[in-house]
Amino acid sequence: MLVSAVAHADATLTIGTVNNADMVRMQELSGDYEKSHPGVHLNWVVLEENTLRQRLTTDIATHGGQFDVMTIGAYEAPLWGAQQWLYPLDNLPADYDVGDLFPNVREQLTVDGHLYAVPFYAEASITFYRKDLFAARGLTMPEQPTWQQIREFAVKLHDPTHGVYGVCLRGKAGWGENMALLGTIVNSYGGRWFDPQWRPQIDTPPWHQAVNFYIDLLSHYGPPGPSDNGFNENLALFAGGRCAMWVDASVAGGTLVNPKDSKVATKVAFARAPQQITDRGSAWLWVWSLAIPASSRQTQAARDFILWATSRPYLKRVGERYGIASTPPGTRLSTYEAADYMNAAPFAKVTFDSLRAVDPAHPTLLPVPYKGIQIVSVPEFQAVATLVGRQIAGALTGRGQVDHVLQTCQSAVERTMKRAGYYDKPAPAEKTERP
Amino acid sequence: MSARKSKTHPERLLAQPAILMLFAWMIVPLLMTVYFSTQYFNLLYPKKSSFVGFENFVYFFTYPSFWTSVVNTILLVGSVLAITVVCGVLISVLVDQHFPGQGIVRMLLISPFFVMPTVAALAWKNLLMNPVSGFFAWVAQLFGLTPVNWFADWPLLSVIFVVAWEWLPFAILIFVTALQSMDREQKEAAQMDGARTWDVFWHLTVPHLRRPIAVVVMVEAIFLLNVFAEIFVTTNGGPGDATTNVPFVVYTQALLEFDVGAASAGGLVAVVLANIVAVFLIRLIGKTLTER
Amino acid sequence: MSPAKSRRKNLNAVRIVAAWAVGVAMFFPIFWMLLTSFKTELDAFSMPPRFAFRPTLENYEQILARANYMHYAWNSVATAGGATILGMLVAVPAAYAFAFHPTKRTRGTLLWMLSTKMLPGVGVLVPIYLIARDTNLLDSRTALVVIFALTNLPIMVWMIYTYFRDVPMDIVEAARMDGASTWEALRHVLLPVSRGGLASTALLCLILSWNESFWSLNLTTSNAAPLTALVASFSSPEGLFWAKLSAVSTLACAPILVLGWLSQKQLVRGLTFGAVK
Repeated sequence: MLVSAVAHADATLTIGTVNNADMVRMQELSGDYEKSHPGVHLNWVVLEENTLRQRLTTDIATHGGQFDVMTIGAYEAPLWGAQQWLYPLDNLPADYDVGDLFPNVREQLTVDGHLYAVPFYAEASITFYRKDLFAARGLTMPEQPTWQQIREFAVKLHDPTHGVYGVCLRGKAGWGENMALLGTIVNSYGGRWFDPQWRPQIDTPPWHQAVNFYIDLLSHYGPPGPSDNGFNENLALFAGGRCAMWVDASVAGGTLVNPKDSKVATKVAFARAPQQITDRGSAWLWVWSLAIPASSRQTQAARDFILWATSRPYLKRVGERYGIASTPPGTRLSTYEAADYMNAAPFAKVTFDSLRAVDPAHPTLLPVPYKGIQIVSVPEFQAVATLVGRQIAGALTGRGQVDHVLQTCQSAVERTMKRAGYYDKPAPAEKTERP
Repeated sequence: MSARKSKTHPERLLAQPAILMLFAWMIVPLLMTVYFSTQYFNLLYPKKSSFVGFENFVYFFTYPSFWTSVVNTILLVGSVLAITVVCGVLISVLVDQHFPGQGIVRMLLISPFFVMPTVAALAWKNLLMNPVSGFFAWVAQLFGLTPVNWFADWPLLSVIFVVAWEWLPFAILIFVTALQSMDREQKEAAQMDGARTWDVFWHLTVPHLRRPIAVVVMVEAIFLLNVFAEIFVTTNGGPGDATTNVPFVVYTQALLEFDVGAASAGGLVAVVLANIVAVFLIRLIGKTLTER
Repeated sequence: MSPAKSRRKNLNAVRIVAAWAVGVAMFFPIFWMLLTSFKTELDAFSMPPRFAFRPTLENYEQILARANYMHYAWNSVATAGGATILGMLVAVPAAYAFAFHPTKRTRGTLLWMLSTKMLPGVGVLVPIYLIARDTNLLDSRTALVVIFALTNLPIMVWMIYTYFRDVPMDIVEAARMDGASTWEALRHVLLPVSRGGLASTALLCLILSWNESFWSLNLTTSNAAPLTALVASFSSPEGLFWAKLSAVSTLACAPILVLGWLSQKQLVRGLTFGAVK
């Protein structure tokens, strides 16, 4: 165990985390941590993602000091690191093996050469499909399909009278919901969120093509009420055998291959996320990581904890206790070098290939001023993307023509960026340092 | 009336603790809100704060869906008020007389009020209204109809349903309690004189309920103007801006953009809007509240 | 039997059926949630919805294993109960003053009280958070008790005020004539007579505080977190969760539902004005 055996003063750590399965397992295993670190007591605040994000942001921005460990995503980590709201994680012990972390995952959490958060688990978007339905129609899914191919498959497999929909995709409005997927579709069509001068690019041909394609595909060959469906709803649909294909986060694989949770455990197969004219940015990257707010009063104890929870022994421990397929995915190369993991988790290979290929520093065909594939690491992004997401969900349900909707979004986004000072001349010094 | 002499001042002081507490509770955040509303203050750029006068308000008013959100707010509040008052009165009259299981039925009617709004909204959206696996979809298919895409095709209506379901018990509770104090003898006398049920209802029961109705309207209006949780977990304000209401716009500013300045401006705008609604309601029912 | 009477009898039967139907319909979503809490996640969203299924306690087991239910429940009881008591202590005298000693400004003051609830919570989150931070009241039950009492005070004052207004002045005057002081008049005459109204007001405050999920989530972390935080921790994770969410909601509503059921008689006990008159 990588723990410095120095006697610690009693410390109570308040840990804020998301209520996803991997974090729940961390909470359950933390009993082991408390036993091996007498004097350390862990308090858990477990919340749903959006609520947690608001809670943590309010606290860290007002220096409330209520949390010692925060679970933050690929979006906040570089933002808060740049503000120096997080405690930098330098001089990590050798046995932590920081070189074992996926380089691009680590890159997403690094600002100016300092690592500000350690990755807990990471995901890329991949394609899930029903190999039985494909076989029945004599279709073969290529290793990395194009969106056009997905459409062709969907047309052939769409069978609502028998309760199977051609393709299930996210339609629910939200910057982390439908816009995560749409971000990758837009990238695949050669589009981008902003040009190097931060002018929004929403009213450009790649966006029009991508959004029109998405709406046509989902409204004709998808389940009813697609604008209701986010990740969870689609997971339920696919696990219930209702979808022939689904493009979404690789972490769904764990649920889908588990016969206790999924009716199609033996029928699901995996492929890379679809591309179109380019495969840059065709799969998204999301990382949940652990970080220490600068306002914490227990930085040493907190650091010990987060290093423990992302270490190789911890990953091993999860595998032993919950089955090797439950190992937190996407953080360490060594996970994917272990043959038993690769055998136990059928989605591992595709996940591994996707994670190695994603490049948040070069997410698009054309140059961009930001890092991030489906996210833009600027504070305005959440609001801007949610607004666009809502408008597109509206177009999906027939509330507005795509062309008009995109024009509205373009001017709305410009308005927000203008207010935030992106177009002031000369460009404010802070902005050019944006990660 | 010798009651005139009860202008004893000490008894008026009984109200002071409440007034003082509320004043403190209101004034401090209000002043801070007014202050922030004139500042550009983004939680994520704390160093960039500056005085900007009315710019926040202009920004808030020019939010693309602002006027739609005002309309949605009024629609939501008006519809839920109408449903809860009308159905509330009818239902409480229905359960007013003794019948086997009256207590149980009253409890069943009040029970939705005990459920957390977020849970209620999630239950309605996923367990009942889901067009693929929801209960309503199953019933529809039993009759050979296509299930309704509630939140996709009728988002505001669906939200109104959910919120009305949550607040109907409150109205029922108030009206049932009020009906207890109604004069039974008068009612029976009228019935024995041959008055029809409808006449008894319209000319005796409803007037008796005038004040409770006014209370229900005022209290619910205040809560309904701030409906947020139900919208957030079901539609996130969409599709489009079909379910965006004013609190949702404030939320967007406050917690998505972390723009405390614009959120404060939005909060003040929400207060103004609420006051307008209140004035309107007062004109409608104000007298009822304070007369004897 | 006269035609009018037999018509009335039929109407009665229809009324009873209708009353039951409405009650069942209103309760149905809760019943469905309760049912779902005993299903596995896979059964929870299966289509067609399953009425017959193998019930399981696994959801409840997981919840109780994962979190200290009693801690959250106690926080809910303490904060909601404390807020109700504090609120009633302040609201009853205020309502008395407004109801029996009104001035020209009474209506305005009442309306002003209601207007303190018009500011959306989300707009004042940062100011309140800063105040709580500086007074060391973050993650404390005290803060929640105070805030819940203050947010519900206007409603309570209003409701008690209207119940008091329904009390005929004569009763109070009669008691005063008999030489009782104001306090005695209040205690022995007014309160018993408006007991139903006071009970329903208290219950309302209790429920509103129990279910309040904005301040209770934003101002607490672990010490003072009430049941709303427990529910939030099972809400919308990545993955299948409806069975567990149903179970945790049942656990969160159960105490207050039981309390409501028990006090049901108190709530709707007749205000016996007919007899008084």
